[in-house]
Amino acid sequence: MAGRHTVFLGMAAGVGKTYRMLREGHGERGEGRDVVIGYLEPHGRVETEAQADGLERIAPRIVNYRDVELTEMDLPAVLDRRPELALVDELAHTNAPGLEHEKRYEDVADVLAAGIDVYSTVNVQHLESLNDQVTELTGVRVRETFPDSVLSDADELVLVDLTPSALIERLRAGKVYPAARVPAALNGFFRIEHLEALREVALRQVAEDVEAKRLRVDMLPAREDRLMDTAAPQAVGERLLALVTPQPSSQRIVRRAWRSAQRLGAEMDVLIVLGREPSAAEREQIEAFHRLGSLLGARVIVEEGDDVVDVAARVARERRSTYVLIGTPAARGAVRRLTGPSLVDRLLRALPGVDLRIVADRSRREWPRS
Amino acid sequence: MIAAPIILAAGVAVGVVVALVVVRRRRAADLAPRGTRRILFPYVGTQLSVSALDAALRIARAENATLVPAYLAPVPMAVPLDTPIPRACDRAFEMEEAIEQRAAGANVPVDGRIGRGRTVRHALRGLLADEHYDRIVVAAATGRTDGLSVADVAWLLEHAPGEVVVLRPADEAALAAA
Repeated sequence: MAGRHTVFLGMAAGVGKTYRMLREGHGERGEGRDVVIGYLEPHGRVETEAQADGLERIAPRIVNYRDVELTEMDLPAVLDRRPELALVDELAHTNAPGLEHEKRYEDVADVLAAGIDVYSTVNVQHLESLNDQVTELTGVRVRETFPDSVLSDADELVLVDLTPSALIERLRAGKVYPAARVPAALNGFFRIEHLEALREVALRQVAEDVEAKRLRVDMLPAREDRLMDTAAPQAVGERLLALVTPQPSSQRIVRRAWRSAQRLGAEMDVLIVLGREPSAAEREQIEAFHRLGSLLGARVIVEEGDDVVDVAARVARERRSTYVLIGTPAARGAVRRLTGPSLVDRLLRALPGVDLRIVADRSRREWPRS
Repeated sequence: MIAAPIILAAGVAVGVVVALVVVRRRRAADLAPRGTRRILFPYVGTQLSVSALDAALRIARAENATLVPAYLAPVPMAVPLDTPIPRACDRAFEMEEAIEQRAAGANVPVDGRIGRGRTVRHALRGLLADEHYDRIVVAAATGRTDGLSVADVAWLLEHAPGEVVVLRPADEAALAAA
């Protein structure tokens, strides 16, 4: 079983991520867990070094690259040691060439895969998708980035927060960088307006993570239903099938079907039946339906067939649909009315026991909306 | 004497045929796709400026184009980008329906879209890659209505191929969702 990953996220260097991670590590050790420091980047911070005391530390590897000695996490040593929990600093770090992986988050993935829990630290500006935004906010392009999926796959995200003015105070007091680097830092990255913007980004990031995890929990029963559905001989719940054509006007059918599906707690499929080779505009519309389906979590099925009713009836049976929604059928001429049943009649006959709903075009309503 | 009823019957028959042809032609005209030009109208939020939408509809009508309103939906960072986002779709659908109703009044065809991304710009980038369009019309944010930020408009002007029309609505009325 893979280990659990907890990420300590901050707006910038010096907010206390590493310190907090080490403190939590002490707490876990106090609870009787086997905790080691897999890699620590103390940046010469006295408080951080002091907090690391009392925790076993796996010696880093010294790698010589272009006559420069670089210290890196010793991944094989961490894996050999097999602790219950490893503390790994600087998740976005780029490893020296020649090591197992290019990036430290890839090392962490190996540690997690070995069943070891990991606490790690990272600043929000390293997040890949925020790179442009952070560059615009701060004027500084961050080169060491990591994919969003690392954060989304993490089991827990802990925000380590500090007000911008408090961080600047820490910087001035020499608690973040050595004294010689402080003036440059204050004039560069550590401006109050930059820190305020980054803090907002970090706070929003964690808020979104909380919402996303709640959404995932909300979606879990639906996933379980899907799994059960494959084994169950009969559909247990409701399932909607929206029968559409590759035309913009069909979007209202999908919207209406989606709302009904939401109310019923049902899943939804969208069926497009093609009687001939689709035109370029129709192909574009089909692509748009696929993208919409992916946003909704609905399956978009494209079938070829000369008879829409036959195809719809087959798909409805296969998908165990309990509702079929269609748009308002085009008016039929007197001759066609006399010579054969309507689409609605044929669908009703082909799908006994399935509700059929005709979706009207509300923009054609003749009375004002209330 | 016999000829009169025959002439009358023939006249009625011709009248019916003419009426049928006229009705059919009108129906065909109603159903025919109007214009292949497409005006992309990306928007954010749920407080869309009515005057901005009306301006976009006027442009679409003048060019005999289809309006493609595209709701830009944010995807939380902590979930994969292709995760379903039902709540955002709910909001988008409400907006789409309100836009469609207003567009129907202006006799402009609509082909709605939802673009998604981590940020507005990310969603815009995807939308520009996926959709074909002849012109982009966007509303800038005002104090009381949602719209693209100055930075997003600047990004669009720099990166979007083709003509971009930026509307800065003067009024403060927002379109109510259906």
